[in-house]
Amino acid sequence: MTKIQLKNVSKAYGNSKKVIDNMNLEIRDGSFTVLVGPSGCGKSTTLRMIAGLEEVTSGEIWIGDQLVNEVAPGKRGISMVFQNYALYPTMTVRGNIEFGLENMKIPKVERKKMVEEIAEIVDLTEFLDKRPQNLSGGQRQRVALARAMVKKPKVFIFDEPLSNLDAKLRGQMRTELIQLHKRLGTTFIYVTHDQVEAMSMGDEIVILDKGNIMQQAAPMEVYHNPENQFAAKFIGIPAMNVLPIAMLERNIGKMTDGRIFHVGFRPEHAEIQTAKQTTSGVHLPCEIMTMETLGSETLYLVNSDAGQFQVKSFHNPLMNTKKVHVTIPFDKLYFFDTQGNRVYTDGLPFEWRDEKVREEVLV
Amino acid sequence: MKTSLPLRLLNVIGLIIVVAIFAMPFIWMISTSLKTLGETMIFPPKWIPDEPIWQNFMDAWNSGPFLQYFINSVIVSVGILIFQFITVIPAAYAFARYEFRFKNALFGLVMVTMMIPAQLIFLPVFLNLSEWGILDTLWGLILPFATSAFGIFMLRQTFKQVPEELLEAARLDNSTDLKIMMKIMVPMAKPTLITLGLFNFITHWNDYFWPLVMTTTEKARTLPVGIAQLRQVDGGVAWNILMAGNVILVIPILIIFFFAQRHIIRAFTYTGVK
Repeated sequence: MTKIQLKNVSKAYGNSKKVIDNMNLEIRDGSFTVLVGPSGCGKSTTLRMIAGLEEVTSGEIWIGDQLVNEVAPGKRGISMVFQNYALYPTMTVRGNIEFGLENMKIPKVERKKMVEEIAEIVDLTEFLDKRPQNLSGGQRQRVALARAMVKKPKVFIFDEPLSNLDAKLRGQMRTELIQLHKRLGTTFIYVTHDQVEAMSMGDEIVILDKGNIMQQAAPMEVYHNPENQFAAKFIGIPAMNVLPIAMLERNIGKMTDGRIFHVGFRPEHAEIQTAKQTTSGVHLPCEIMTMETLGSETLYLVNSDAGQFQVKSFHNPLMNTKKVHVTIPFDKLYFFDTQGNRVYTDGLPFEWRDEKVREEVLV
Repeated sequence: MKTSLPLRLLNVIGLIIVVAIFAMPFIWMISTSLKTLGETMIFPPKWIPDEPIWQNFMDAWNSGPFLQYFINSVIVSVGILIFQFITVIPAAYAFARYEFRFKNALFGLVMVTMMIPAQLIFLPVFLNLSEWGILDTLWGLILPFATSAFGIFMLRQTFKQVPEELLEAARLDNSTDLKIMMKIMVPMAKPTLITLGLFNFITHWNDYFWPLVMTTTEKARTLPVGIAQLRQVDGGVAWNILMAGNVILVIPILIIFFFAQRHIIRAFTYTGVK
């Protein structure tokens, strides 16, 4: 039982403003939970409070059924992998992996066996007697992993562990970490600012902004059903387009729901065509401003009388075209109020300008 | 890059002058230590004696209880070294890595002690040690130097450069502070510690003032004091014997330099792990 609970946790440095304000968070036992958010959102602070490297200003942190507020970091049953690996430079790889075991007073013979086992798993056996300086970035990363794994912790904590690796290695390590989680079944808490990492690795993601939880859900749930504008814009590449509803009223008709202030749609849900087609949705005549061809997909920045937005298309790029027609299906629209919170509606919250389209939808 | 011949020549001449300034007294000392008393006086001076008088070294060594002086010097220098490491390492660690009340004020106090000239405080310290009854003992030579403000300052700087994450990783590895200090910080500060140790050893090996003040009998005298006493032989100054004594004094330091050269150079080119 190693679920982690934060109950009304706040954190402030000195007398300044709270970095974390009354956070309530539950991390499921055995989950791969990713804390994600822009820099300064409090994700690292949250992680460090769980690890015991920062004290909480108020509130309680529970690991399993133990209140750990006053428990030293080394006694919480946690292993952490740091962004810069934090390997002890004067020790060999073996020394690095063994250090924690030594402090746990595990007998030497057993230690040796454990180190060698783990080195086998992460493929470091031939480097055991080398110093970290003489290893490549990926190898150092694996030493850091081995050092964390060998202690058989109840919880693994990762603080942006892949950000120092090059793109190719990062992709590879991502897969390895997912596999590792599957094999160990231990609770993983992972901090990153990279939403791709969050989406691809986590089975649960927690989106943070300015010390507040914006949404906690499975990745695809966040993608399809964002609770607010922040979550909607943070997940997805490129970000969700959000336009003021007032700009769109001309195209879709008068709003019937007064709460709605913004309307959003994902770039990949908009259809870009050379001529208007009779599919149900918002129709916008647009002009292409820029075009980025990425091989399998094409990214357009278009300008309409409702404002600028992006469209992602999986069709062949529209070369030498200026005027286009963009259709956004009705069921792919997201509505937000003035605070940026999602507004859920039964049916479509506006009067139809085009009665014919309405009939189509209703049929 | 290639420089022109005259420029290189100028460079070499400059270097020769600098080396000469530093090496000349040293060579003169060795040369004098091998002369007869008569040869030390002649003008123009001779750089190489007609026949080296090795006997001078024996005379110097035998003109007093030099073995006793030598042993005293070793005990005092090594003793100070050990005491300083015991006090300086934890102090530097605390000043570098802990938050406690009056930390800055206390550190300021430590720094102030560096600025007071030794001649100013030797009398109160002398009186203090006299009260303890350890005048003219080796303890009296060791205890006043049992810690070093400069050492604390230097080592604190080095400890501050150690990335915080290393300490956090160690804490998560359930390590005690003592173990963090000894197993992680100290090995990383090795170049600084070697430099400190060397400077320290040389300073106290060569120290003349304090042993002169503190000692009245030969049981606690150190080499520099003993050698200075060679001057009083037979009314006049026997320069050849005196210089032979000086060579004896300097040899251990030369040996240390010879072996530690690599470390000294490395001490000034600190490299960490990225």
